[in-house]
Amino acid sequence: MDRIPILRMGKFLLVSIQVDMHDQLAMTLQDDLTSMIERTGARGVLIDISALEMVDSFIGRMIANISGMSRILDAHTVVVGMQPAVAITLVELGLSLPGVKMALNIEKGMAYLRAQRAAEEGDGLNASHHSDDGEAGYGTRQE
Amino acid sequence: MALVKSEELPVRLEQDVVVARQAVRRLAVELKFSLVDQTKMVTAASELARNTVVYGGGGTMRCEVLIDGGKSGLRMTFEDQGPGIPDMTLAMKDGWTSGSGLGMGLSGAKRLVNDFDIVSEVGKGTRVTITRWK
Ligand SMILES: Nc1ncnc2c1ncn2[C@@H]1O[C@H](COP(=O)(O)OP(=O)(O)OP(=O)(O)O)[C@@H](O)[C@H]1O
Ligand SMILES: [Mg+2]
Repeated sequence: MDRIPILRMGKFLLVSIQVDMHDQLAMTLQDDLTSMIERTGARGVLIDISALEMVDSFIGRMIANISGMSRILDAHTVVVGMQPAVAITLVELGLSLPGVKMALNIEKGMAYLRAQRAAEEGDGLNASHHSDDGEAGYGTRQE
Repeated sequence: MALVKSEELPVRLEQDVVVARQAVRRLAVELKFSLVDQTKMVTAASELARNTVVYGGGGTMRCEVLIDGGKSGLRMTFEDQGPGIPDMTLAMKDGWTSGSGLGMGLSGAKRLVNDFDIVSEVGKGTRVTITRWK
C-alpha cells in the first residue's frame, strides 16, 4: 500500500492507520491530510492509531506536524486509541507531543471534534445552522 | 553468557526499517518479553535502524538472543560504514539533530534499553549495540 485512505464525513476527515508505516508513507499521509483539509474546508481531523504497535520519533513528528498544520488551516486534530504500551514507550523515548489532543477512543474523539466545532460556531456572529454529517459543502467555508 | 541465536539483516532502505522492527518484535515475542518491553525494544530498533539508513548510508542489524545465568536477553547491533559521528556528546543530547529530525533517536533509544553502547569513528562508521534483559 502506498497511501493511507482518508475518509470524509461532513466537515471531518477520518484516518485509521492499520499498517506498519515506512517513513515515506507517513510523509504522504501528512501531505495528503494537509491538502485535503485545505481543499474541503474540513474543521476536524480524527486519526485512529489503535492498530499501531509502535510510535517512534518519526511517526511522533508526523502526528505533531498534522496537528500543528491543521490548526493553521482552522481545523482541530484528535488522535485516538493509542495503546498503553505505546504511550509508556513514547514518554520514555522523550516525546510528549505537546499540543496534540489525545482521546481514549473514536467516540470520545468525535465528541471532542463536535464540541470544538459547536463552540466555534457559537462564537461566530453570523453562524448558520448545519449538520456535521452528510454536508455537501465541498471546498466551501462557512464563515 | 551463551549466544542462542543470531540473525543479520540489511538496513539500507526505508522499507528495511519496517522489516527490522518486525524482526525485533518476533524475537521479543519468542523471548516472552512483556508487551511494554517488546514495544520499547521495537521502538529503539526503529530509531537506530533509521539512523543507519539516513546518516550511515545503510548498513546491517544483527539480532542476538542471549542467555546469562537464568536471564535471557535480546541484543541488537546496528553497524554502518558511513561518515561517523564527530561529536558524540552533542549527538547523544536530547533534541540535537544535524538533519531535520527531533534529535531524540539516540538519547531516547538509550532510555528504552538496559545496555547501550556506541562506537563511532569519523570516516569509518558507527556501531550501536543495545541489549534488553528479560
Ligand atoms: N549512524 C550514524 N552515522 C552518522 N551520524 C549519525 C548516526 N546516527 C546518528 N547520527 C548523528 O547523530 C544525530 C542525532 O541522532 P538522533 O537519532 O538522536 O536524532 P535525529 O536522527 O537527528 O532525529 P530523530 O531521530 O529524533 O528523528 C543525528 O542528527 C546525526 O547527526
Ligand atoms: Mg534518529
